[in-house]
Amino acid sequence: MIRERYLNLIILAGLVIVPAYALMVDEPFTITLATKVVILALAGVGLNLALGQGGLVSFGHAAYFGIGGYTMGILASHAQNYTPLMTSPFLIEGTNSMPVIWLVAVVVSALLALLIGALSLRTSGVYFIMVTLAFGQMLYYFAISWPAYGGEDGLSIYVRNQFPGVNTLVPIQFYGLCFAILLIVLFLVDRLNKSPFGLALDGAHQNEERALTVGINVYRLRLVAFVISGAITGLAGALFADLNRFVSPVMFDWHTSGQIMIFIILGGVARLFGPIVGAALYILLEHFLGGLSEYWFIYLGAILLFVVLFAKGGIVGGLSKKEMSHGG
Amino acid sequence: MSLLQLEQVTAIYGDTQALFGVDLSVDEGEVVALMGRNGMGKSTTIKVICRMLKNPEGQVRFAGKDISGLPSHKAARLGLGLVPEGRRCFTKLSVRENLYASARPGEWDFAKVHALFPRLEERGAQMAASLSGGEQQMLAIGRALMTNPRLLILDEATEGLAPVVRQEIWAAIKTLKENTGLSILVVDKSIRELRQIADSVVILERGKSVWSGAMDALGTEIKDQYLGI
Repeated sequence: MIRERYLNLIILAGLVIVPAYALMVDEPFTITLATKVVILALAGVGLNLALGQGGLVSFGHAAYFGIGGYTMGILASHAQNYTPLMTSPFLIEGTNSMPVIWLVAVVVSALLALLIGALSLRTSGVYFIMVTLAFGQMLYYFAISWPAYGGEDGLSIYVRNQFPGVNTLVPIQFYGLCFAILLIVLFLVDRLNKSPFGLALDGAHQNEERALTVGINVYRLRLVAFVISGAITGLAGALFADLNRFVSPVMFDWHTSGQIMIFIILGGVARLFGPIVGAALYILLEHFLGGLSEYWFIYLGAILLFVVLFAKGGIVGGLSKKEMSHGG
Repeated sequence: MSLLQLEQVTAIYGDTQALFGVDLSVDEGEVVALMGRNGMGKSTTIKVICRMLKNPEGQVRFAGKDISGLPSHKAARLGLGLVPEGRRCFTKLSVRENLYASARPGEWDFAKVHALFPRLEERGAQMAASLSGGEQQMLAIGRALMTNPRLLILDEATEGLAPVVRQEIWAAIKTLKENTGLSILVVDKSIRELRQIADSVVILERGKSVWSGAMDALGTEIKDQYLGI
């Protein structure tokens, strides 16, 4: 077993080497696959904060992924069509600026997570799972029946949004942007996990009553974590929409929530780099096995079973030794 | 005015009434022993004080405020530091993380906790789950102190520990009393050790406070009648 931080460095090196090699051998599709891994990993990092650190088994994180995606889709489609988003009581125009879209996606996802979290965190266990799932599905059906933005068919964006100084249509440059965001989010989440906030969240996950008796406001703590988690997943949704230049109600679907959860379980619950490993494995299996058989989920299921039964802490946990954040 | 004051407190667990009228008070700087045989309502009384039981009746006042309607985290933030029965640390966090997670601004910090329990400094990087029972108890006390409480509540702090370790814990409690003047409410059955640190005693019998007074006034007759010692 190696120390977790060394394994994390190896994973990071992989995220640099694979696209660099793909660039050298002129394989832009591999770069796009790597971009997909990075974006889905980002969604997983978001959910992992709530699920891993906070023990909040949210089965509705597709809601934030979808809302992030639709934020991008709506803003970009209005910019594309030169039609304002609204004119009264004040004018709001669409935009194709990525930083603006990301900011709006983060704010909208955070607000949605605040609303859903404020209600769902009053429940626990299976009820929490069901309430979060219900909210996700509500948004799914809303998106299906919203013809203004494509309804069931979704919404296509013909040109990728822009980022100052970067040609986002060049796969490696867009990859670089997404990778940089993942790195920043990983750094911030790591700091958060090691802060009194993160430790209290972990403590409340272990025993809520114990946390309450040391003065921790568990509800508020979990709500803040849930909001941050939703905001990160929303940002991933905006990037995913830009990667595909397409948004559809599928982004809100419970399958998407399950998919994000699978990344975490495969890679390692509460492991910072777990979602990256999980997302990478998922995309690799989808790419290679999906080409062989439409029933590739059977193999994924077998791997998931193996990981759950034999690799405590997922693949990252199975390969490395967990390190304390305030060990000495 | 008392720091903690309970008046005619009653409490019900499901369909069963556990407390039938508990009166108890702890003054600033005082150490009060809450005694009684098993099942007489000592831990229930602690749960009422720390607001872990919903809807008890009677008055519970702390630092001049009625805390009967407060959620437990708010009661804790007023200055109630609980060391729960059975230690109950955050087992998946390290010793240092346990202390860090509960720290609030005030007099107590890492240095002071480490001075009281040097072993916690030595074991800083160790997972709480891997500590011995005595070390976990030290950690539970240290964690409560890191919240900078005005009243430290020790619920069966030495139960199930080896005699040597028990002595260490009692010595630490004595140090707390002598050096800090912290108010302490201690639930325990070790009369010999309690005599060295407690100023007064409240005895519970079948969910009711049946005797209270100075520790020195606790005579053989009372002990035989209510404590079976």
